[in-house]
Amino acid sequence: MTLSDQLPILAVVVPLLASPLCVLIGNRHAAWLIALLAAVGAFAASAGLLLAQLQGAGPVSYALGDWAPPIGIEFRVDHLSALVLLIVSAMAVWVLAYARRSVEAEVAQDKQTGLYAALLLVHAGLAGIVLTGDAFNAFVFLEISSLASYALISMGRDRRALTAAFQYLVMGTLGATFILIGIGFLYMMTGTLNMADLAERLPALSDTRTIQAGFAFISVGIALKLAMFPLHLWLPNAYTYAPSVVSAFLAATATKVAVYLMLRFVFSVFGHDFAIAHMHLDYLLLPLAAIAVLLLSLVAIFQYDLKRMLAYSSVAQVGYMLMGLAIATPLGVTASIVHLFNHALMKGALFLALGAVMWRVGSTHIGQLSGIGQRMPWTMGAFLLGGLSLIGVPLTAGFISKWYLVSAAIAQGWWWLILVIVISSLLAVIYIWRVVETAWFTPSPNGTAGRAEAPLSLLLPTWTLALANLYFGIDTSLSVGMAEAAVGGLFGGAP
Amino acid sequence: MELPGLFNYWVVVVLMMAGFYVVIEQGNLVKKLIGLGLFQASVFIFYISIGKVADGAPPILGDAAELYSNPLPHVLILTAIVVGVATTAVGLSLIVRIHEQYGSVEEDDIHRADVQADEDEA
Amino acid sequence: MLLALLLAVAFAAVRMRDLFSVVMLFSIYSLLTAALFMDLDAVDVAFTEAAVGAGVSTILMLASLRLVGRSEQARRRNPLLALSVVAVTGAALIYGLSDAPLLGDPNAPAQQHVAPYYIQNAMADTGVPNLVTAVLASYRGFDTFGETLVVFTAGLAVMLLLGSGRARDNQQYGSEDDRNIQRLVVRALIPWILVFALYVQFHGDFGAGGGFQAGVIFASAFVLFDLVHGHRVTAQVIPAHWLPRLGALGALIYGGVGLCSLFVGQPFLDYAALAQDPIAGQHLGILLVELGVGLTVFSVITAIYYAFSTREQLR
Repeated sequence: MTLSDQLPILAVVVPLLASPLCVLIGNRHAAWLIALLAAVGAFAASAGLLLAQLQGAGPVSYALGDWAPPIGIEFRVDHLSALVLLIVSAMAVWVLAYARRSVEAEVAQDKQTGLYAALLLVHAGLAGIVLTGDAFNAFVFLEISSLASYALISMGRDRRALTAAFQYLVMGTLGATFILIGIGFLYMMTGTLNMADLAERLPALSDTRTIQAGFAFISVGIALKLAMFPLHLWLPNAYTYAPSVVSAFLAATATKVAVYLMLRFVFSVFGHDFAIAHMHLDYLLLPLAAIAVLLLSLVAIFQYDLKRMLAYSSVAQVGYMLMGLAIATPLGVTASIVHLFNHALMKGALFLALGAVMWRVGSTHIGQLSGIGQRMPWTMGAFLLGGLSLIGVPLTAGFISKWYLVSAAIAQGWWWLILVIVISSLLAVIYIWRVVETAWFTPSPNGTAGRAEAPLSLLLPTWTLALANLYFGIDTSLSVGMAEAAVGGLFGGAP
Repeated sequence: MELPGLFNYWVVVVLMMAGFYVVIEQGNLVKKLIGLGLFQASVFIFYISIGKVADGAPPILGDAAELYSNPLPHVLILTAIVVGVATTAVGLSLIVRIHEQYGSVEEDDIHRADVQADEDEA
Repeated sequence: MLLALLLAVAFAAVRMRDLFSVVMLFSIYSLLTAALFMDLDAVDVAFTEAAVGAGVSTILMLASLRLVGRSEQARRRNPLLALSVVAVTGAALIYGLSDAPLLGDPNAPAQQHVAPYYIQNAMADTGVPNLVTAVLASYRGFDTFGETLVVFTAGLAVMLLLGSGRARDNQQYGSEDDRNIQRLVVRALIPWILVFALYVQFHGDFGAGGGFQAGVIFASAFVLFDLVHGHRVTAQVIPAHWLPRLGALGALIYGGVGLCSLFVGQPFLDYAALAQDPIAGQHLGILLVELGVGLTVFSVITAIYYAFSTREQLR
């Protein structure tokens, strides 16, 4: 096997083993460097895999231990997994490049090595979920990333970080246990754990109650991890009280991977015929997604802490992704996948900008941020760009997502859904405007006026991510191209 | 529906629901975690039951046996047990820290304190 | 019979408010579950459940209770919502099981397809008669690799939350006479425990056992020692700061074995690539990864125990 054949495993194993390496060496500067290098390595591997997919390689299978599936565990790379993997690895690189000064300011020195080790574990866990073609293996990697996340969230300075982490632990473990129950039902009736194998065997069993229950339990379990309304209660606190780099990384990746898992199970494993035509998942998801999008954008408007505002916004944005999934047509799922990609860019930039504000000001409470636009023009400029993308202004990535979503709704003739999308975008305008108004149109408190920008090491990753929103709003060949190819795989039966 | 053959499973469902109930209804954080453990242990029984073959032997190859019980659920549950205890350990550590910070491990007390903190900030 | 006991214990645990009793009930529940596993032919799982559920989890819960208090407050909330959710979930489960294959049916789908392959071919493929070890360490070795990393993650998380446990005082329990008796007994027992742990570690290919169980038993020897001799003495045997590194080392050993296969152009964790003869390679690979697992499990459990036992009480 050549190096390029080994890329699937490298994308996961490099960050996975870099983590114990950090602990072994025990020096926090070395840990940061190891983490960054591992992330770059994983990113290179994921870029290689993406390129292969773009060039039409077709689904790639990697048999771990050289045991052919379903006897052994396999990794499967197709358009969808390559795209989501790229998002995860790219975010890891960006956040780690940014992390040094932010972590130095927010986390005690003796915990920093552990933080970098834990970040690597979240990265590796998420990458594993995306690449694996085995249902139980997905569960194992889900738990790796979740356990590491609980630890990371608890490292916030406020004591409420501890309760947030515990609440996430309880809900996350319930979700994982539900998924485990669902997998058990599937195994009971098919004798296999391999996703492609399951996809072949399930259609014949679609009338059995066991399979139907299995589908229900897996869906609910994933929904908990997705923060689908009304199972989203853990997310606002978790994102608000975690350290800035943790919020940024989790917001940009964790829920996306959960959406990926939902797409994978609903369309690849169970298939459109079973999940939508037979079990009518869309009847449940679509109303919940619509409510999420409206209600949570509304709640975001009333938040004083900007991190919390963005957290509620994230739940709303996940609603958009679920909306596309629930429309369940190729166009709808394309919208879902494109938004998955774009939201990572948006929220990544927004949270990184807030992290810079936290670094300079020590707080993200809107009351403390009057006039911050004059004092930190570059930081807030990036925030504004991310905000415009969130709203869906033309020329930004967000516009592309909403365009596809609206097109999918028009194709179904669901005008009420278009109304929901428009109203929620207007709500986003309101909560972004609140920030703009405070930042630029209220004067700084006496004695603090004058430039006090964030350092370059924080600004550069933030701005490149913000500009990516502009780039991918104009050149959509990557995001839309991969999404459409992915949809071909999802609707064309098991890859 | 065959009554005797499925009775085992029904009991397991009741056990699962007992654990689940403790997690979502009871307020003491330690009790919640124990409930989570009970819930998970019952799911383990469920999986192992799937693999049982009547008159089968434990899946260690030997001369005497003809029929073996299924080793795959055993492997999965070994992993799941370890994941479960890992979660319990992390959960208990969080509880210890929460107790040090809040002086209580009752959900109601903590929630009240947090709501107060949120109001003070606004 | 066992099931009835399990039900009784579960319901008692739900109702009781003295947490110490609830933890004890949980421990009993684990032991009963282990017995049930034996009845269901799952010997390796029974072993692990007993060691982990009735052993490790219980110890950690008791250590936590020492710090947070043992009684639960009464709640004045209406349990109706929780009961409805539980009822709906339970109904969904029963619905799902209503046309499931019967318990013990040898022709059930779960026993077809992948399982018979393991039963028939594991000896020829791996040379290991314990089918659970064959599947765990070889066929699905990547899952076990993930599981080892889960253990490592838990250790990391506890270290981040509670620190690594430095001994402040040499807290010991009981009177001087009691302690002398305990020390005598423990001194007699510990060597046997350690030997048993080694036996379990290396015999796992042929009987029930393997890295996880061995790691837990090894750790339990240290916990026992710590309980009677106090932390300062124990820390002279294994200093606290070694343990995270040993845990990391175990994970790196496992991963290292996997990477070796990459260097000869084979997939990750392909043991056949480790030696000239594929079966010898399998034996070598399984031996090494089980050692990695055992090392990580031992280090992490001991480290977590240290962290809990040295935590000072608030009041």
